[in-house]
Amino acid sequence: MKYLHIRNAHLIDPAQELDETSDLYITDGRIAAIGHKPSEGTIDRTIDAQGQWLVPGFVDLSCYLNEPGYSQKGSIARDTHAAAKAGFTHICAQPRTRPVADSSAVIQQIVERSAQANAARVLPLGALTKGLQGEQLSNMVSLRNAGCIALSNARAPIKDSYVLRRLMEYAATYDIRLFITPLDTALAADGVMHEGPTSTRLGLAGIPETAETVALAQILLLAEQTGARVHISQISSARSADMVSDAKARGLKVSADVSLANLCFTARQVNGYNSRFHVEPPLRGEADRQALLAAVNRGELIICSNHRPHEIAAKKAPFAASEPGMSLYNCFLPLLLKLIKDDELDRNAAIKALSTLPAQTLGLDRVFREGAIFNATLINQTGASQSCSEEDLSSPLSEPLPGTASETFVDGQLVKWH
Amino acid sequence: MMSDPSQLQLAPNGELRHFLTTEGLSKELLESILTKASGFLDSKGDLIAKVPLLRGKSVVNLFFENSTRTRSTFELAATRLSADILNLDIQRSATSKGETLMDTLWNLEAMHADMFVVRHADSGAAHFIAEHVTPNVAIINAGDGRHAHPTQAMLDMLTIQRHKQGIEGKVVAIVGDILHSRVARSQIHALKTLGAAEVRVVGPATLLPKDIEDLGAKAYYDFSLALRDCDVVIMLRLQKERMQNALLPSESEFFRLYGLTSEKLALAKPDAIVMHPGPINRGVEIESAVADGPQSVILKQVGYGIAVRMAVMAMAMSGQRTNQAGPEAPQ
Repeated sequence: MKYLHIRNAHLIDPAQELDETSDLYITDGRIAAIGHKPSEGTIDRTIDAQGQWLVPGFVDLSCYLNEPGYSQKGSIARDTHAAAKAGFTHICAQPRTRPVADSSAVIQQIVERSAQANAARVLPLGALTKGLQGEQLSNMVSLRNAGCIALSNARAPIKDSYVLRRLMEYAATYDIRLFITPLDTALAADGVMHEGPTSTRLGLAGIPETAETVALAQILLLAEQTGARVHISQISSARSADMVSDAKARGLKVSADVSLANLCFTARQVNGYNSRFHVEPPLRGEADRQALLAAVNRGELIICSNHRPHEIAAKKAPFAASEPGMSLYNCFLPLLLKLIKDDELDRNAAIKALSTLPAQTLGLDRVFREGAIFNATLINQTGASQSCSEEDLSSPLSEPLPGTASETFVDGQLVKWH
Repeated sequence: MMSDPSQLQLAPNGELRHFLTTEGLSKELLESILTKASGFLDSKGDLIAKVPLLRGKSVVNLFFENSTRTRSTFELAATRLSADILNLDIQRSATSKGETLMDTLWNLEAMHADMFVVRHADSGAAHFIAEHVTPNVAIINAGDGRHAHPTQAMLDMLTIQRHKQGIEGKVVAIVGDILHSRVARSQIHALKTLGAAEVRVVGPATLLPKDIEDLGAKAYYDFSLALRDCDVVIMLRLQKERMQNALLPSESEFFRLYGLTSEKLALAKPDAIVMHPGPINRGVEIESAVADGPQSVILKQVGYGIAVRMAVMAMAMSGQRTNQAGPEAPQ
């Protein structure tokens, strides 16, 4: 038997509170041994991981891959590689494609492109309603059978609470996972950023916090009534974090995520009409950011990238006319490491929020133990990140900062960097 | 990178080279605009004859949003400065055909204009244009979304200065639809910088933007209370669509609560002046007896508007010249 030997890695696995320097032996894409050399076989290759973190592969519960349909913004090939460089092994792609991912054909196309790309694996999210129109239920069971790990509304409004109730009931019948973004579009009205002092100063229409919390209350109550398996996608406010906490405390099986942008930035970044920070959900106040960080540190909130890249023309416009979304994969690790370095995020809580917790939501195995398929990433904290350039107007950073994945293993396979 | 508007509008030597917002400009600079504008007025407050300050310069009125009144005053101001003026009413037509603002700008750059006067429905549009247009074109903001209308605010400052002998220490109330008003935002910044004792914004909660007090204004729901000790009362125009958007029940209820009548005005200081950026809705935000009464300076404001626009255009053009001549390239 031949082994891949990862030497002197700093192993961190929050699922079993593993936090030590050790060696790992891999064979046939599975973990053969941790700490000690297997009694039989020879070492085929050794990776010296001195000073690097070896963590369970990150699972992203939200990104926009723009394929099929929006090739000017990104592609599965490009963005799954960027995701792997950011430490992700599995990424959930929102169904906002053209055509919308509401049919088995589109899902199959996405799965095939992901296999060809051979980087982070795409776990497609199917559209919850036909055409993401919010009215007619999509063929939920067919979509699951075609490979959808869950169904999502991708911030498109669900017509009303009646439709929301019925789609939860139907999904609950077949135990289909739902990803729902809490957004009351009537309250959000024509808003383009967080309603607060910065929106007032800039004269930009604001999105009140209640546009999220009112919808969240509705989702939580209907989830309780219908027994649907609901994951709340991208909360942005302190109050939402409390509401999710309370729901969990009452025994409701819900999970929720926050996009990294909402942990790093606040509405003040929009000053100067900076369209790089035009995102959905909007960046909110400092108290919101602190509450979201605290929820991650308590182990109650998952971190997602909500990676949503755009071409230059989509961002080079007056703020309200620019398209919402931020390209996150290229700068994901530098931003995350900075939060850890600044003591805003606990390191192990952050890794848990990126691996153990989202894996639980999706029912994936993500524990370092002998016999498990190896999904992991080696993080080099000082290595230069992927290119974050001034020209990429959907990136929050205009220059590279330290932090990169030196190696990423997806389902036992080492990703080959381009 | 996106830059702060107040920095963007200044040349390295501190001169004005664009006029995008009153926010962040120094007291000295705002006062120099008022002094320059006063220089274009005679002792009776009428405009002096044509001056050759912008001879040979071309000014393009770039109006993405219709406004005959504002456009005309800029046109008159440019003419009185001896500039060549071109009016372009782009409105929504170009953009609805899929042309982005950047496309429009690239086309306009080919005209080699020296100054763009910009009116646009998006907040930050003038700022965006100033950032992306070739560096030696001066941008004057003639109103961007809800953000700023700095020349209107400065003509209001000139009006207060001339009729109330200065702005320092004055109590000013701005009444009505603050939420949608770019004029109110520009007025608040200018008044605070020029030393007004108190700036009050008055209206129902639906028309006062969240955290408006962060801008240094004091929010009032009660008009009578807000009028107490006021030196200046500025009434804003109320748009009809506010009723459809569930912001107000009716014009009549609004008038009952926030309409300026002679009885209400009597609660302010006896020598208080009444202003309005126009066009006025008689019987909606202001009673005719007040609009046409002795305390009203509404018509005077129009003449001052031309002088202020002349001052700002002349200063920005001069700032552009020093900017180009200077050793430092613009950012």
